[in-house]
Amino acid sequence: MKLLRTQLACELRVLARNGEQLLLILGIPVLLLAFFSNVDVLPTAGQRGVNFLLPGIVALAIMSTAMVSLGIATGFERSYLVLKRLGATPLGVPRLVLAKALSVVAVEIVQVILLVALAYLFGADLDALNLAKLVLAIALGTLAFSGIGLSLAGRLRGEVNLAAQNALYLVLLLIGGIVFPLQEFPSWLHWVGRISPSGALADVMRDVFSGTSIHGASSLVVLLCWAITAQLAAFKLFRWN
Amino acid sequence: MSSASHASENVGLSVSHLVIQYGDITAVDHVSFTAVSGRVTVILGPNGAGKTSTIEACEGFLAPTAGSVQVLGLNPYLQRKQLNRQMGIMLQEGGIYPSARVGELVKQYCALYGNGVDADVLISRVGLESVISTTYRRLSGGEKQRLSLALALAARPQVIFLDEPTSGIDVNGRDLVRLIIRELRNDGCCVIVATHELDEAERIADDVLIFHRGNIVASGTLDDLRSGREEIRFRSNSTVDLHSLSTTLGFPVEQTRLHEFTIAGTSDARVIVQLTDWAKANNVDIGDIGAGSQRLDDVFRRLTAESAS
Repeated sequence: MKLLRTQLACELRVLARNGEQLLLILGIPVLLLAFFSNVDVLPTAGQRGVNFLLPGIVALAIMSTAMVSLGIATGFERSYLVLKRLGATPLGVPRLVLAKALSVVAVEIVQVILLVALAYLFGADLDALNLAKLVLAIALGTLAFSGIGLSLAGRLRGEVNLAAQNALYLVLLLIGGIVFPLQEFPSWLHWVGRISPSGALADVMRDVFSGTSIHGASSLVVLLCWAITAQLAAFKLFRWN
Repeated sequence: MSSASHASENVGLSVSHLVIQYGDITAVDHVSFTAVSGRVTVILGPNGAGKTSTIEACEGFLAPTAGSVQVLGLNPYLQRKQLNRQMGIMLQEGGIYPSARVGELVKQYCALYGNGVDADVLISRVGLESVISTTYRRLSGGEKQRLSLALALAARPQVIFLDEPTSGIDVNGRDLVRLIIRELRNDGCCVIVATHELDEAERIADDVLIFHRGNIVASGTLDDLRSGREEIRFRSNSTVDLHSLSTTLGFPVEQTRLHEFTIAGTSDARVIVQLTDWAKANNVDIGDIGAGSQRLDDVFRRLTAESAS
């Protein structure tokens, strides 16, 4: 337990010192939510701006932390041989992975609380929020995106990985219906968005925050498939050195 | 170091018929050696000689293609968990997140090893008190090396692998690293040092292994390697007719560096007299005449050249 605590503290310290990552995981979601909730320029599928945006922005926050932040940090740790050096301590791989997972979860908790509080200030309707489903959606989203992030981090050089993670983040942000409703997309892109991990998570989040089942089980199944596939890919592709 | 010379001593590291292949390339080809606790074993070799692959197999980072490795009686690849508690490693470079601070890192590693090493004492031991709050990326090359050494010492190791430990370190820093290596040896630690710096090897080695093209081309104590390798060295800024001098002296003469020459196979005073007589007769200025055993760099150069041919 002491080793896990020590490593978790280190993970959080390194994250807190990384300005770019803080901007990505907190700055961008907060900025998008604050701006588009108050500036009515986006189509919002007939809902109040903040009610439409909040689920997608929470999905974006999870993608930022579990995929981009974790993936970039781990990629550089691999390039800098940090993982190799830690591999020669009594820490062990399971504790290292658990410390990283806990640091991601800790950040996600802060993100969700901050975003929900901010949305509430902007007048979001949170009465129908289903907490149990929210936890499930966060768990599946984290598994899916961390798997994708670690798959890239485990194979690409540090700088290439950085570029790839950011490019993928942008693509998934655009096609996932996070700030634009998928209904506004051309038909083929609409379906690409639906089966993308960001689109599936955003759909699940919309059901979670609205207390409805508009998207039914299909989005949850898509997300579950991404979670399993991405974790298997990470297991297969990740290299420590 | 060889099993014959120190059979009765406590073997810290034993490598037997080790083979490491990367696809079709054989990086290490049936290498066997032992390293004894309480001694400093230096591994020398040019780039691509197989020393890094061998060390990585000993550290448990690489699975041998064939053969076996035992470190402190453990298989480093399969029993890594037990070994990591007693093994210190110092990578040649990196291994540390650039934004991490010196004090935090040493505390973190002391906590991870849990062997009762006091972080503050360790920081003082490697002379990093003045940069305790500095991030790794802002350290000088020498400070980075000393920090990496500190992280290896946090294990209170019984076996330690040091990769180029004095690379990029100033004179005082080198003295400190040598002192720590001597202390580790005196405490009974099995110290394995990989280096390209032959002068450094000469200062710290009890035993030497010379790798070349995946094989060990020589092993033994420094004296073993240099014994029977007498030579006379001299300097000259003039043009030296090597053939004429060789014929006169009856020993091979070669130019080893710019203005530096070696008469191989003898350190006899009579040959030195013949050399000075020849120089006078041929109007060649010579100086800095010395005689004795070959230097390690000459031994290294000769052995790797022989192996190559």
